[in-house]
Amino acid sequence: MAPLLELKDVHTYYGAVHALRGVSLKVEEGEIVTLIGSNGAGKTTTLRTISGLERARSGSIKLKGKSIEAAEPHDIVRLGVGHSPEGRRVFSRMSVRENLEMGAFLRKSGPDVQKDFKKVFDLFPRLKERESQAAGTMSGGEQQMLAIGRALMAQPKILLLDEPSMGLAPILVEQIFDIITEINSRGTAVLLVEQNAMMALGIAKRGYILQIGEVTLEDSCAKLAKNPKVREAYLGV
Amino acid sequence: MSRISTALSAPFAPVRAYFRKHRSFGIFVGVALLSIALPLLTRVPPFDGIQSTNAWVNAFTTAAIYAMLAMGLNVVIGFAGLLDLGYAAFFALGGYTYAFVASPFTGVHLPFWPMLLAGGVVGAIFGVLLGAPTLRLRGDYLAIVTLGFGEIVPITLMNADKFTDGVNGIGGIDKPSIPGILQFTLTNPWPMYGLVIALFALIMIMIYRLQDSRIGRTWDAIREDELAAESSGVNIVIAKLQAFAVGASIAGIVGVVNAAKITIVTPDQFRFAVSISVLAAVVLGGMGNTIGVATGAFVIYLFQSILLKQLNTLVENFNIPVLNQIDFLEFQYVLYGIVLVLMMLKRPQGIFPARRRMREFAPLKIGKRGAK
Repeated sequence: MAPLLELKDVHTYYGAVHALRGVSLKVEEGEIVTLIGSNGAGKTTTLRTISGLERARSGSIKLKGKSIEAAEPHDIVRLGVGHSPEGRRVFSRMSVRENLEMGAFLRKSGPDVQKDFKKVFDLFPRLKERESQAAGTMSGGEQQMLAIGRALMAQPKILLLDEPSMGLAPILVEQIFDIITEINSRGTAVLLVEQNAMMALGIAKRGYILQIGEVTLEDSCAKLAKNPKVREAYLGV
Repeated sequence: MSRISTALSAPFAPVRAYFRKHRSFGIFVGVALLSIALPLLTRVPPFDGIQSTNAWVNAFTTAAIYAMLAMGLNVVIGFAGLLDLGYAAFFALGGYTYAFVASPFTGVHLPFWPMLLAGGVVGAIFGVLLGAPTLRLRGDYLAIVTLGFGEIVPITLMNADKFTDGVNGIGGIDKPSIPGILQFTLTNPWPMYGLVIALFALIMIMIYRLQDSRIGRTWDAIREDELAAESSGVNIVIAKLQAFAVGASIAGIVGVVNAAKITIVTPDQFRFAVSISVLAAVVLGGMGNTIGVATGAFVIYLFQSILLKQLNTLVENFNIPVLNQIDFLEFQYVLYGIVLVLMMLKRPQGIFPARRRMREFAPLKIGKRGAK
């Protein structure tokens, strides 16, 4: 069976800058896969290319065997790719509830959507407490929860998470990672981009190391965590 | 809100609650009452001394036309967050559309009422035509392109002598009529007043409904964060085109009415100054607030057409040679400039800020609560 998400030799440019130099990776149904790399390695670009915010100049991106590299961002959301972008990007002047409604934008409102509101509030009780508060007035951790919740409202088959731990206190980081595991255990595959390699390798099954736009290493997370090069470069030990 | 204003509005609470529930009806009633109150007001001092009631009614009609333009531009700027500096072009296209099919110039005389709709359609078509290739541009770049379009349209109309009679414009445009019942004339301002007020109420109701709809929500989203909107599945190109088309079609409709009111269209009526004056009204009233921008337009128009004119008469009476030379009407452009600069510096949310916009201009307290 075709993997849920598969990138083959994807090249993306920002003008003349060659940002992704042939990235290939795959995510199987129900997996958490992490993408690790230093600043500027192309992690965010990879996610943006998958969700159609950047165009791949060559290579293929397939969702369940169906090509999506030429699709528009809104169609890619419809096909089941949820993207929680870097820097959270909540609609800061909309309330928490309105943000979640935007997440369900492509769905017909009805009992199904109401159920998902409940699910998101179950995962993030804090959001329920702040339901009518303007999103921009919440703490960074709460905004991160909202960004993930918003992406979940589209009922994604795969969730792209871009640096969910950025700028958060360590205890909150753990909480967010617990929730990512929880989301995954409910059946959503996750492609996790992280600088916090230690945490990411802790919850993911497999990992890819990205260096200057290229995948240089691919292995199970257990093995990556033991790899001396990885330990030196990304785990700081 | 301050305690005093809360206390003052307390007795009106049930009325407000009723109209919040039935807003379209509320707008209808409000506009109707206002349209009766305004002419009555001109019969009492000091207003009765300024000009005749008929002249006042005529001024209110023009002010309402201007206010409709402001409401239309507000959809583009205030709702979708797209800076359009060439809005007058769509106004011109509406006006010329009607002039072509209802004047001795072409010899065609189509009835006015269906042409109202046609003006809207023409506006929308040109809105999409301009929007489709340019809406990928952001901020300043879009402003420059729309500015260019706003100049191209009147200049084309001026130079296409053969089809538009150039600078002379097209005159003798048919006035509306309701066959067998009512013929609009230049000397009786009341029928046109009624028509414009009714249209004003309709457009306002339509815009409020649109704002509450799914489309309105997508405009909020792209104004706040285009990328996040895209990630949520909003087709931002379509959403922006919709805003452009709605704004342009309102300008087109109003263009038809304006042409029928003054019975002549010339390229000069649609220059950059018109776009800027409508923009000034939107900024003054409060971007995003429909009632606010309509009020802003009323205030600016009446200020320039009544107060500045009065200033001329006043100064003439003083008989001071230097001051006599000054035509204060020329100062309207200074007025727009002052309004735009002062508002941006002191109160960028406008006099009547939209509720959501109020949040946008208020400093956000991010992360104060801190991580626990």
